Amino acid sequence: MAQSGRPLSPHLGIYRWQVQMVTSILHRATGIALAAGTLMVLWGLTALASGPDAWSCFTGFAGSIFGLILLLGWTWALMFHLCNGIRHLLQDTGMGYEIPQFVRSSWLAVIVSLLLTVAIWAYLMAGGVL
Amino acid sequence: MSDLRNPLQRARGLGSAKSGANHWWMQRMTAVALVVLGIWFVITLLSLMHADFATAHATLAKPWNAVLMIAFTTSMFWHAQLGLQVVIEDYVHTRWLEVSLMVLVKLLAVLFALACALAVLRVALGA
Repeated sequence: MAQSGRPLSPHLGIYRWQVQMVTSILHRATGIALAAGTLMVLWGLTALASGPDAWSCFTGFAGSIFGLILLLGWTWALMFHLCNGIRHLLQDTGMGYEIPQFVRSSWLAVIVSLLLTVAIWAYLMAGGVL
Repeated sequence: MSDLRNPLQRARGLGSAKSGANHWWMQRMTAVALVVLGIWFVITLLSLMHADFATAHATLAKPWNAVLMIAFTTSMFWHAQLGLQVVIEDYVHTRWLEVSLMVLVKLLAVLFALACALAVLRVALGA
């Protein structure tokens, strides 16, 4: 990397923070978090196939404080990755590359993902899960 | 930019582009699939909020749910592998570690996808 001694292009520290940087970084971060979350899906399905004892072990973990915090985090990570992923798919078609549109769609992905997360957990709380 | 050769001249003789745009394209294909399957997955989970073991088991055993679940887990692990590969390529600069991690992630993704598929089949086929 840096062994060549050639000048480097400016890195993160030199830029003023903008929402497009935040969504770009969060897309990768939530992707990594969700990759870890796949193990929870694997555990759940395997437990369901194994029988009631394994299943109650799984639901016991999922319903614990630690499990609920993880699930809340994964809910937002999934909603953000979904919203921003749709944004990227639309951009792949050439849409939305004007700077104002780019900024607006970034904010939209952040806000809609938060609203969806709140809606899902409000539904769960109304159902008496918490 | 002291090289005045055009890009084609430079590329000639370097071998084929191998898989070319395949990584990019499969990332988009699995992304489109996961938009639909991910929404289905979340709604299905929410509908099982108060379900006991028997209800959850019976729900997954329904043919369409079983098919969609295997489609979901397969595209999920596929997409995760493609994404983690890019992360490893970007941040791991020790070549042997980079290659080892990419091989490990790919093998684990296949293994976990197969394990999920088998679990769904065991539920669906009542084994």
